[in-house]
Amino acid sequence: MSHPSTYRPGTAFERWIDRRLPIIRFADDFMNFPTPKNLNYWWTFGAILVICLVIQIITGVVLAMHYTPHEDYAFASVEHIMRDVNYGDIIRYTHANGAAMFFLAVYIHMFRGLYYGSYKEPREMNWILGVIIFLLMMATAFMGYVLPWGQMSFWAATVITNFFTAFPIIGEPIKTLLLGGPAVDNATLNRFYSLHYLLPFAIAGVVVLHIWAFHTSGNNNPTGVEVKDVKKDTVPFHPYYTVKDGFAIAVFMLLFAAFVFFNPNGMGHPDNYIPANPQVTPAHIVPEWYFLPFYAILRAITFNIGPITSKLGGVIAMFGSIAVLFLLPWLDTSRVRSMRYRPVARLWFVLFVIACVWLGYLGGKPAEGIYVVQAQIATAYYFAFFLIILPLLGLFEKPTAQPKSIADSVLKRDKAPVAAVAQAAE
Amino acid sequence: MGASNTTHEAEPTRRDFIHILATTTAVVGAAGVAVPLIHQMNPDASVLALSTKEVDLSALEVGQAIKVMWQGKPVFIRRRTGEEIKESEETPLSALKDPKARNANLAANADAEDDHRVLKPEYIVVVGVCTHLGCVPLGTSQGEVRGDFGGWFCPCHGSHYDNSGRIRKGPAPENLAVPKYQFVTDTMIRIG
Repeated sequence: MSHPSTYRPGTAFERWIDRRLPIIRFADDFMNFPTPKNLNYWWTFGAILVICLVIQIITGVVLAMHYTPHEDYAFASVEHIMRDVNYGDIIRYTHANGAAMFFLAVYIHMFRGLYYGSYKEPREMNWILGVIIFLLMMATAFMGYVLPWGQMSFWAATVITNFFTAFPIIGEPIKTLLLGGPAVDNATLNRFYSLHYLLPFAIAGVVVLHIWAFHTSGNNNPTGVEVKDVKKDTVPFHPYYTVKDGFAIAVFMLLFAAFVFFNPNGMGHPDNYIPANPQVTPAHIVPEWYFLPFYAILRAITFNIGPITSKLGGVIAMFGSIAVLFLLPWLDTSRVRSMRYRPVARLWFVLFVIACVWLGYLGGKPAEGIYVVQAQIATAYYFAFFLIILPLLGLFEKPTAQPKSIADSVLKRDKAPVAAVAQAAE
Repeated sequence: MGASNTTHEAEPTRRDFIHILATTTAVVGAAGVAVPLIHQMNPDASVLALSTKEVDLSALEVGQAIKVMWQGKPVFIRRRTGEEIKESEETPLSALKDPKARNANLAANADAEDDHRVLKPEYIVVVGVCTHLGCVPLGTSQGEVRGDFGGWFCPCHGSHYDNSGRIRKGPAPENLAVPKYQFVTDTMIRIG
């Protein structure tokens, strides 16, 4: 649905530019992109995420001016940022909480895509690029968390790089290559800093592809019905959605600011204010909240499966929980996109959201007793949702009637009161 | 030209050869560039230079344990009591989760009887890195939890090791590794 250009260069200067580098045309067409007129607030998280990325890059570049990536100075330089650098505390708190807000927004964005079937033909590439962005975000957040060189930083680096040792033969050399030594040390800190600076730009690059992809296929919308008549079904992105997204961004920033200014350490772990000590492991190593569901899946595999040890099994399950997302467009066999018209799928979806949140809760609890059993049940459901429920539902479920068009669905909702008013007037 | 192309379609032309040669050269060149760029991430000379460490054990009392750093990793050295040695020696192999010695001084297939875990029964020397996900188990310093089997306990995910550093309970797949070491004198060891 890449639309024909509507840009008319108005001035001689614009005409001059347009023949040489049509950048104004590009921006104009971008802002006028025909967008379904029925997008709800769940669709504003894309713009919110762009803002999150921009905030992270700006605060990050600034923090890098004051940070020292050396095992002897890293912790002290972060304290220096907090105490000495002008506005350093606010900038660092914004960066740290910004990561959490970024994940909050991306999870909502992903659940939205899941609910409204935004991954289905012809938007598979769009979804896959999104999963790649998610993976890059996780790598970036993990390496950023190591940089303050506190106890949690150090031990998170240790535990996560040890995931690779679960793989036979190649595991140990990979771990050594990642760490640059037999254990986490200065070499590790240096390379994580380098990559933490690099990856956000890689994310920005994939974001461009992600946007390009849906500017080719057109946005999905809450009905899941394709645009049939550009005139009736769509409105230009600007000003309709710049305003709507702008309002959502402002509301989101309220929550963001509430954390930064009133509870900046609320989502952090106090142990990360203890300098890294390779001789003492903290009593409970807990990742940041946005990794907890995956941590719970990792720890849920407590049993050997044939030749696969519980350790390898946990690592496979954890990576598999993301890998399965790549296959989602082909696992869901239903041709109806939006779960609005899939009453049965909707129930399983609600259960899926509950399972994810529950896994998050369990990831923060010690891996023992009843918690492990619950994590195993939730993990089983997580995979069953993708590998059993979605493939089968498409074959057996009877969807309800979809509207004929986007315009139709919007009008139908408004018609009843309008008709009543009209009758009253008569 | 067109006619000769169709008649010799199966024959590789000089142009095909140039294409193949150019592509191959580019691929080999890229691989050549990749080697140093990847290998620079491996441990450097200064890290490798710290590969051995000597530890004086003369001050270590019976029942006491110490932690020393070797290659950035803690190494636990415990001078075991007679009772602890006896208990470890009498543990049947069938009670072990990992039946391999994991001793760098022995062959890889040696089994995990206590004798294969030590050079002298009095001293157990192991790398203090949990074989699950790399935490440092508790139990070396005075007053720390030593787990259900009196050796070490990893607080991260609950692995219990016995007095021989062998995994007995919990998610860790392997016994604590015994590093390569030797007794230089009666009370001095060189690790690495």
